[in-house]
Amino acid sequence: MKPTTTKLAGVALVALAIPTALIGLSQGMQLPADPRVRMAETVRIEPGSFTHMQPGEFLQDSRPAAAPRVPVRIRRPLEIMKYQVRLDDYARCVAAGACKPADAREAGEVPVTGVSYRDALAYAKWYSEATGEDWRLPTDEEWAFAAGSRFRGDIEPLEVDTANPARGWLSSYRREVDLARKPDPQPKPAGSFGVNEKGVADLAGNIWEWTSSCYMRVTLGPDGKAIESAIENCGVRVVQGFHRTYMSNFIRDGKSGGCAVGLPPDNLGFRLVRDNSLGMRMARWFRGGWIAS
Amino acid sequence: MLTRREALIGAAWAAAAAAAIPATPVMAEVKADVGALPRQKVSLVAPPFVHDHEQVATGGPKIVEFTMKIEEKPVVIDDEGTALRGMTFNGSIPGPMMVVHEGDYLELTLVNPETNEMPHNIDFHAATGALGGGALTHINPGEQVTLRFKATRSGTFVYHCAPEGMIPWHVVSGMSGTVMVLPRGGLKNDKGEPVRYDRIYYVGENEFYIPRDEAGNFKTYESLGESYDDTLAVMRGLVPTHVVFNGKVGALTGENAMKAKVGETVLIVHSQANRDTRPHLIGGHGDYVWEEGKFANPPAKDLETWFVRGGSAAAALYTFLQPGVYAYVNHNLIEAAELGATAHFTVEGEWNDDLMTQVDAPRPIATN
Repeated sequence: MKPTTTKLAGVALVALAIPTALIGLSQGMQLPADPRVRMAETVRIEPGSFTHMQPGEFLQDSRPAAAPRVPVRIRRPLEIMKYQVRLDDYARCVAAGACKPADAREAGEVPVTGVSYRDALAYAKWYSEATGEDWRLPTDEEWAFAAGSRFRGDIEPLEVDTANPARGWLSSYRREVDLARKPDPQPKPAGSFGVNEKGVADLAGNIWEWTSSCYMRVTLGPDGKAIESAIENCGVRVVQGFHRTYMSNFIRDGKSGGCAVGLPPDNLGFRLVRDNSLGMRMARWFRGGWIAS
Repeated sequence: MLTRREALIGAAWAAAAAAAIPATPVMAEVKADVGALPRQKVSLVAPPFVHDHEQVATGGPKIVEFTMKIEEKPVVIDDEGTALRGMTFNGSIPGPMMVVHEGDYLELTLVNPETNEMPHNIDFHAATGALGGGALTHINPGEQVTLRFKATRSGTFVYHCAPEGMIPWHVVSGMSGTVMVLPRGGLKNDKGEPVRYDRIYYVGENEFYIPRDEAGNFKTYESLGESYDDTLAVMRGLVPTHVVFNGKVGALTGENAMKAKVGETVLIVHSQANRDTRPHLIGGHGDYVWEEGKFANPPAKDLETWFVRGGSAAAALYTFLQPGVYAYVNHNLIEAAELGATAHFTVEGEWNDDLMTQVDAPRPIATN
């Protein structure tokens, strides 16, 4: 136990000493702290701004309202896994006793599927320890930023009729039908769905990805933007992919976890981001310093 | 050495010979009465739709002619691509609905193409005698047969394949459907007043028993014969792997959701040839329900869920009062949500605030 901890501390100290160099090494060239771990290939996306369709459910004047589109600024470079976490990577976490076996359909170099939000958290924790780095799930905003043109958001109703709520339900249903997306349950090898303009692969394919963002129900003010009240339910997390949806954190199969009516995710998987925030670097330094002393 | 085909033919001949002796005089008696009746040829349509028909009969009894071709084929039954070695009446699961009036004669020509593997027949629950016609309709691949029976009782009645020794296997492989015998004067409510429907949908529910390999994945087979032993073993466990409407998980959802408008009256006929079920329209009711499916009995009123006995078909009449997306389910909700028994109705029209309104939208709990 002790030697492993020391090694982790060593990596952390190096990371603090040369943070810019570490960020620069982004294409999987870095050696992991644990030689059994495959370093994930990552993509570094420079800071930027974009207009983001907010996640959650929105009400205005007691009626369903369109999600506000608000300007969002990503202030630090975002370093995100180019591909989703693979089944064989996940299997190493299982072998280490840190993850529960996935309800996966396939084996090998396909993304891990049949994993819940809780499973994704367990993997991030294990992967961080094994690599001596800080890895976590992306937020909804970070995922949307990385997804760029592949971000679709919620399938919102085309019509909102305050006198007839059924118009909204029927038009959402119609939109889903018109998308004509056929179920595609078989996980495919990494890269099968190509890369987007930012170099991130397999976004909006047949794997929906967990994010760390919680489901929110928000009551908007008369301008449709100001928040009058908001209730956060972190038992339900935002899931991103072909469309954005919301799943209870223990669900592993999107078809079971979804609604009676609606487009269910083919598969649930995830990818991680490397956290290089100042807070995380400070935390690493303190941890490293304490262990080293 | 006998080929597989020859062995099957031998078995079917034996069955046909056994049935032939009591059947002959019955057929002779009927012929004289029926010869002069008018004939009507009907083209069948695949469920959930039903061929055009009169609700109230105009004119006297007639002979209504139908033809069905039996198709054995692999059928994909879920989104995962799981393939059932299917056996079908006319290519669909369930087989098409046939509608006649009480006192009419239903005359079916059943065709078993040479390309099929199995002998088949048909047992009409609406018919009287000869095992529902099963004993007079055994046909081998390459044969056809024509059966006529008099529709003496009104109601919705299951039909299914019933070849000796393998009846349940043929039924759970897809070979069932429904005959609807309408009263000549049309449907009547509990007070004896006439009721009509603007649309009719036929929802056939089937359960499937697909064998799995050691890894838990559903197996596929090259032929019906090869699938038999494994399938029978799963069937004997009585735990289906799929419970579906119209032959496939999601067959009556999305693009294929059933449609209606507010104010329209819909007759939903629901059959299950093998196993009990309990249809429920979420957010709606059954205004008049012939739970046993037999129109000589007054319908039950205002049902929430109705019970369909395995081997029967029920009829439920409902006038939609509110627009929206309705789920129509087998209200064993595990079977509905996990095994596939869910359909949807999309209903257009004006919302009725008096029937329902959201008085206060979700918001943080009020505090003093």
